[in-house]
Amino acid sequence: MTLQRVWTRGAIYFVLVAFAAWYLMPIYLMLITGLKTYEQVGITKMWALPYPVSLDGFSQAWVKVSANFGNSIMITVPAAIISAFIGSINGYIFAKWKFRGSNTIFMLFLVGMFLPYQGILIPLVQTLMALGLYGSIVGVIFVHCVFGIPITALMFRSYFAGIPNELVDAAKIDGCGFFGIYRHILLPIAFPAFAVVLIWQFTTIWNDYLIGLIVVSNPRLAPVNVAVKNLAGTYTTQWQVQMSGALIAALPTIIVYLALGKFFMRGLLAGSLKG
Amino acid sequence: MPVSRSNGTATTPGGGAAAPTSAPKRRKLRFRGDLVLAILVLMPSIVAVAIFIYFFIAYTFYVSVVRWPTLLPDYTFVGLENWKRMFQDMRFQIDLRNLVLYAAGFMTQCIVIGFLLASLLDAKIKSEALFRTIFIFPFAVSGIVTGVVWRWLMFPSSGLNQLFEMVGLGFLKSKWYTDPTWGILAVTIAAAWQFSGYIMALYLAGLRGISHELKEAAAIDGANTWNLYRYIIIPLLTPVTFTAVVLTGMGSIRVFDIPAVLGTGAAFSTDALAFHMFQLTFQSNKMSSGAVIASLMIILAAFLIGPYLASLHLEETQ
Repeated sequence: MTLQRVWTRGAIYFVLVAFAAWYLMPIYLMLITGLKTYEQVGITKMWALPYPVSLDGFSQAWVKVSANFGNSIMITVPAAIISAFIGSINGYIFAKWKFRGSNTIFMLFLVGMFLPYQGILIPLVQTLMALGLYGSIVGVIFVHCVFGIPITALMFRSYFAGIPNELVDAAKIDGCGFFGIYRHILLPIAFPAFAVVLIWQFTTIWNDYLIGLIVVSNPRLAPVNVAVKNLAGTYTTQWQVQMSGALIAALPTIIVYLALGKFFMRGLLAGSLKG
Repeated sequence: MPVSRSNGTATTPGGGAAAPTSAPKRRKLRFRGDLVLAILVLMPSIVAVAIFIYFFIAYTFYVSVVRWPTLLPDYTFVGLENWKRMFQDMRFQIDLRNLVLYAAGFMTQCIVIGFLLASLLDAKIKSEALFRTIFIFPFAVSGIVTGVVWRWLMFPSSGLNQLFEMVGLGFLKSKWYTDPTWGILAVTIAAAWQFSGYIMALYLAGLRGISHELKEAAAIDGANTWNLYRYIIIPLLTPVTFTAVVLTGMGSIRVFDIPAVLGTGAAFSTDALAFHMFQLTFQSNKMSSGAVIASLMIILAAFLIGPYLASLHLEETQ
């Protein structure tokens, strides 16, 4: 019986470790390839460790993608903050100011969460052109804010729904109005919800490729993932440059994930609606 | 209704300087005003969603039934002509076949691996948090980065094939994404690497929601592990599986980034609807043809969104 238990436990750990290796392998490959010189990179030497270690790949990739890395920051930070703010107000209304039809409107919002963007790209480009936002970073921010409305409203609504209505009613009796309740009752305790939504939006927007590709045609203004894709297209045999570029693009979201994993996890569950 | 509930406590201190008799009425009016204010504040978002989601979808459908073959708009109504032509197009037919294969491969891997890893992590594992962190982290990595790395990993004369050779598993060697028939399945391996951790997180949360008493009771009744999963755990996790099917199904319909990195492949073996739509619309300027694919993607998505929202609505009203 105990022997069988030892075997079972051993098998469980073996499978877990094998999968951990599988999930880490691409990152490992990115690192060892990125730290090689061009001479060390070759299809027959893929798994060889870099010796001597070289940062040439990284500096070459950085020259190519640093401007786009900056663009991504200029897109992602304001877009995440603005959409979190809009989401907090909308979630507050959907949770605490229910009116006839508000649940239906909320459901209609949620459709936007699942929308394949291809379904709206043609009119989107035309509209952005008419608004004078096409081809600009402001345009990309605008699009991310609009398409962030459904998910941010959902996340804040779930959070605010968990706050007792008695608290809101008591504030009303104390003379708080619509904005007063938001400002003095809900905002001070909404930090966890803001953390979840900001991290979710940051990750989604940073990792976006399609919107950045469509809305800005000028490669100098494109976000970092567009640049990494182009890098992979130009430096076809210089794998060390490609891998370095990919790592540079992945680093911010990986750091956020490792540092704030708890909020990231909550976002995963809220994002699937079954938090 | 929160408005009417608050009226019952009108005499609580802090009600303001108003005379007690008129206070409830005035307060009621005030809250009605606040409710109107709430709707007004929500209005810009309602308008944005109405235009950018619903009107845009309708517009895309409209573009799919007009001529518009170049950059210059041409709104001559042609009925289903564009649709008929699209369904006769060879690349489009391959895309549909690829969608079926992709969905089968991607959904199976995500759900099986996600469920397996969640079950193992639920078995009182040491350093569970570390494993969990490792399994989920690819979800923080973009589709482009995933595509770039896996293109290198699945490079036929190198990468995984070389690794298999080194450890004596040479029979596992494959042409991966360069296979003219099954290339699309290689794409699902990369995509599942990125997404399966998410599904694992959902299953793990579901497993944590099942009470230990239930599992223990089943064990006392003589259920072995297999029966425990077969008759108790898997049925209880049906809502999670439903969510996983919807999420991975949506992911299959809109996959774009990885095919964008890998290219369409030999004979379009790694092409996807979303990528075909992008090339038609934004590189060949065939607006109406692009709109046909876009509309079809919306229709396919609706088959998943519909039941999902219906289930949510049911939960909400219960």
